[in-house]
Amino acid sequence: MPEVTVTINHDVGLHARPASMFVQTAAKYSSDIEVTHGETTANAKSILGILALGAHKDAEITIKAEGEDADEALKALEQLVLDNFGENE
Amino acid sequence: MKSISGIPASYGIAIGPAFVFDRAEIVIETYSIKDPAAEWKRFEEARKKTHLQLDEVYLKTVEESGEETAEIFNAQKLMLEDPELIKSIKTRVEKDLTNIESALYETAESYAQQLEAIDDEYLSARALDIRDVSSRCLRNLLGTTDSPADGLKTPSVIVAKDLTPSDTVLLNKDFVLGFCTAEGGSTSHTAILARGLGIPAVVGAGTEIEDIQNGEDLVIDGDAGEIVINPDPDALKEFRNRQEKFYKIKAEAEDVTHQPAVTTDGHQVEIVANIGNVEGVQAALDAGAEGVGLLRSEFLYLERSSLPSEEEQYQKYKTIADAFGDKPVILRTLDVGGDKDIPYIDMPREANPFLGVRAIRLCLSRPELFKPQLRAALRAGHGNNLKLMFPMVATVDDVIKTKEVLEECRDELKKEGYDVAEEMDIGIMIEIPSAAIMADQLSEVVDFFSIGTNDLSQYTLAADRTNAQVAQSASGFQPAVFRLIKGVIDAAHANGKWVGLCGEMAGELLAIPILLGLGLDEFSMNPPAIPFAKQLIRAISFEHAQQVAQTALNLKSDTEIREYIQIEVPEVNLG
Repeated sequence: MPEVTVTINHDVGLHARPASMFVQTAAKYSSDIEVTHGETTANAKSILGILALGAHKDAEITIKAEGEDADEALKALEQLVLDNFGENE
Repeated sequence: MKSISGIPASYGIAIGPAFVFDRAEIVIETYSIKDPAAEWKRFEEARKKTHLQLDEVYLKTVEESGEETAEIFNAQKLMLEDPELIKSIKTRVEKDLTNIESALYETAESYAQQLEAIDDEYLSARALDIRDVSSRCLRNLLGTTDSPADGLKTPSVIVAKDLTPSDTVLLNKDFVLGFCTAEGGSTSHTAILARGLGIPAVVGAGTEIEDIQNGEDLVIDGDAGEIVINPDPDALKEFRNRQEKFYKIKAEAEDVTHQPAVTTDGHQVEIVANIGNVEGVQAALDAGAEGVGLLRSEFLYLERSSLPSEEEQYQKYKTIADAFGDKPVILRTLDVGGDKDIPYIDMPREANPFLGVRAIRLCLSRPELFKPQLRAALRAGHGNNLKLMFPMVATVDDVIKTKEVLEECRDELKKEGYDVAEEMDIGIMIEIPSAAIMADQLSEVVDFFSIGTNDLSQYTLAADRTNAQVAQSASGFQPAVFRLIKGVIDAAHANGKWVGLCGEMAGELLAIPILLGLGLDEFSMNPPAIPFAKQLIRAISFEHAQQVAQTALNLKSDTEIREYIQIEVPEVNLG
């Protein structure tokens, strides 16, 4: 299963608007996508799961995807995090 | 007449009948179903309806309070479509053959409780959102779409356990005189909304307010954080007078807002504001503040999940300092610990947090926390009148250590090629008795003092100001506290340094004549208090204030002092 590891740079972490954007992006793909932060893993399409990860600024998260569009999904999510959720400082 | 105290969340006085915002508890029955497919269809329809409502509420909120506040309703939509949530609801409906209302309620509640269990203020607030959106969907399932907000037909004071974003968006704001809630703090949704609307509010008043009945006469004192139920005629008259006076003086002060506070015999003092965020700047300027005597930097650290970067701090400090041009803005470095906790800063539990590693002690022990703030301040202070102030200094050694770190930061920044403030005034808070006693030596190593009467009183009287049983003793009106203040002012003046006061006392009309008479140079207070303070100072003479202060120092109790001032300086009763 392909995976990428990225660091959350956004000040609020993977919460609030960044969390919503992350979930909405994941939902565009049919693949099963999961996100791991520390010992906790959540469904990337679940806002409640993502919030409960408690991924703050500078947290490292690993995203794994499985399915037809797994590679595209990973690429899109990685890009979203790298672009600081569209808020480049 | 009965009074309840809570947390003052938004200024002013509201008088009017109570409107109890009773979100009729939705009664959820649990029963077995035979046709899960039909049950699921009901859910799909209710969800669709909920989405449409949320879109509407979103637009209405954007109009009323802006996109940022409205964003919460988008998040609520995502919550209701959460695949994990839907999956567990589906299991309950299809496998356990539970009716959809019960399945939805139980699932949402278990998620809410999980979020609440995490020790994080932000996530706890999201628990309220799940409950908000699931009860909206439940009301759609049950066909009970009426909101309690519909009952608000006359100007009233809103009484509620707590208010969700969905609740407040439906309230007709023309009829809202004030808010009081049993739960919530000064950053709760209700508090923020009230300040945005400029309506008085008291929050976190406890379960006692749940006994308030619809239509009962209420007074909300948003300055003192007090709720008065069925005030007797005398009290009501007094509140009405204060309310009237508040608006009258406010109106009068607007005409003279940029004029200085000079006594009848020509003694001028500086009247500045305490502010806690960028939004406070305009309120301070409008109120006639001649600068900022206390910029609490905690705002940058709260309601987030990690430390603010140096860059972010620099931007915010610069915005504020530039807004005041050459008027002074005094930035107080991070004051946490004691009763103020920040979840992502690891602070060990202490038996006596008020006597432990708080404020400057915490900062000195954590350079990674302290240095970015100092660097940001030094950069932001270039080209304006930003000054730095350190909280909870107990000894001369504290100042020397702090100045070393500051110089280190300045050298680093210069090497890195940044523009920095070459001469930035450095001051300290006088809030520990040892600092007050050593004021002569301390005034040799700093440029100014600012007296923090809230802490100085509680440390001097050994009385916890958050403990209602001893809070009276912790009053800043104790002669012991005034004597310490006199010593601090005299010691500083002997060394050619100036003294300000940024505790609540600076804005208390009863205290102003004494502080003025003791020679205080700068009074820093919450913006709404400024017009009143200026008017009072213009109405009295420095000579009289000096005599009054001298007498007050020799009285025996806080009560004696208060009574004496009321009689001796009747202007305090006029505002």
